[in-house]
Amino acid sequence: MRNVWIICKKELSSYFVSPVAYVLLAMYSLIFGLFFWLFLQRFVVVGIEMQMRGQSFPMNVNEELIRPLLSNMAVVGLFFIPMITMRLFAEEKRTGTIELLATSPVRDLEIIIGKWLAALLLFCSLLFMTGLDMAFIFRYGKPDLKPLLIGYVGLILQAGALLAIGTFISTLTKNQIIAGISTFCVLLGLWIIEWPSEFESATWAKVLSYMSIVTHNESFARGTIDSKDAIFFITVIFLGLFFTARSMESLRWRS
Amino acid sequence: MITVKDLTKRYSRTVAVDGISFEVGKGQIVGFLGPNGAGKTTTMRMLACFLPPSSGAASVAGFDVLEKPLEVKRRIGYLPETPPIYPEMETTEYLEFVGKLKGLSGSELQKRIDYVCERCAIADVKNKLLGKLSKGYRQRVGLAQAIIHNPDVLILDEPTAGLDPKQINETRDLIKSLAGDHTIILSTHILPEVEQTCEQVIIINKGKLVATDSVRNLQARARGAESVLLEVAGRNGSLEVPIVRHKLEQVSGVSQVLVKQEIDGRAVFEVESQKGQLVRGDLARAVVESGWDLNELRPAAMSLEEIFLQLTQSDVAAEDDKTSAAAAKEPQA
Repeated sequence: MRNVWIICKKELSSYFVSPVAYVLLAMYSLIFGLFFWLFLQRFVVVGIEMQMRGQSFPMNVNEELIRPLLSNMAVVGLFFIPMITMRLFAEEKRTGTIELLATSPVRDLEIIIGKWLAALLLFCSLLFMTGLDMAFIFRYGKPDLKPLLIGYVGLILQAGALLAIGTFISTLTKNQIIAGISTFCVLLGLWIIEWPSEFESATWAKVLSYMSIVTHNESFARGTIDSKDAIFFITVIFLGLFFTARSMESLRWRS
Repeated sequence: MITVKDLTKRYSRTVAVDGISFEVGKGQIVGFLGPNGAGKTTTMRMLACFLPPSSGAASVAGFDVLEKPLEVKRRIGYLPETPPIYPEMETTEYLEFVGKLKGLSGSELQKRIDYVCERCAIADVKNKLLGKLSKGYRQRVGLAQAIIHNPDVLILDEPTAGLDPKQINETRDLIKSLAGDHTIILSTHILPEVEQTCEQVIIINKGKLVATDSVRNLQARARGAESVLLEVAGRNGSLEVPIVRHKLEQVSGVSQVLVKQEIDGRAVFEVESQKGQLVRGDLARAVVESGWDLNELRPAAMSLEEIFLQLTQSDVAAEDDKTSAAAAKEPQA
């Protein structure tokens, strides 16, 4: 456990001494802010229209604003995750520092979990930046806190799963760019494999749809915890880290 | 301290290390010698538990590298060919990280950091970014990293590569001063380095063990006999070389006399004697009593370089013979 924390701290500090973390933080906040503004505008315009039509029941902030916002951020996550994970192992392999880690009295799994945890914490700090926008909703509206928190838990779980996949891909190459692009393509693939289910109702389409990352985030964005979806994400995390461990082992046999 | 038995590393197409066996005792400095691509790095990586061996066994401090890698890793300090540094870290930050990884903490860690900084002469770059350090400093930070947890065994892969002559000397002195408390294996393809720093040599070539012995024994063994170089000069500027040669041959214990050089009135002879026979005094007397001048008399110890070439080349020659023989056979079949 101590070793996991040592590795994690080192990874986090290397994110934050380079511009990587700050660029990601700035970009994520910017994009979140843009989405926030767009959905807020829509919310206001729709609200005014409904009032003009004489429908006077109040609109639900959670349903009409936070839910679409978080669903969209789940997709935006696909673009940010590869940039977080691509250097994790690729860089160590390129500079040879992997030899230091692998010959220190530390288990492979501790290295892997430490790195993955650092990536997850960086992602959490991205989410933290969105608190600013959320603060405005609480200042001027009355949303429920619980569904909002569940929505964030969903984003973190989804990120954990995607980061595990990215970590695995980063062990496969020495080149950060290749790791980044491959991760992006895999994540994109995991998003769009649910699309056939829109026009096809055969079993294979259902299976593909079930494997899609984004579908499992919908229940969280709605503000409900579906154990099926939570288990899906946790399974992907375990699988991703398991494959990373196998890949690191095979690295030793091959290199 | 280190026991290696039939260690083999096979890659899909090539055999990098082929059945190497050797032993290293506690506190020794061992030079691991071989041309580039001989399998030095691979062997060291296997000892450091970075690569698993394909077959055979290796153990460090009594722990097998395959069965108890964590115990082995706790007891070794390993400096890979390129020092494993993170360019975005400062020197102390880096040493702290490595120290913690190796299980140090608190005031003990601080003490060790101060100690290795002083020992490796990197105290003046303590707060600099590693990425901005010169090659010499990086190498020494790498060495500091390897000794931070005071390991029993040090595995150094070409510790002086890329350093300037002054730094090379400093690094060698540092390594020598570390022996005694630590058992050290260092690899190199620079021969004088081994002669200067190591007590024991392991020579490998093309993945195979060629020789393993102490530096002194190896020098003696390469000849099987002692040989002496002596330069003789005639009194009046002329020298009858065959006569001198004949005279030298008659000294008891001498087995062979070769004329190495002949320059007006002087000649250099290489005299081989049977092992254990002390002939130097008799040779000197024979020369002087015959009325010639003895300009120089010294033991012709073969330099490690010559031994190395002799050992590795004879191997190559033998292999060439085999392949040409095989090639000759083929057309008949």
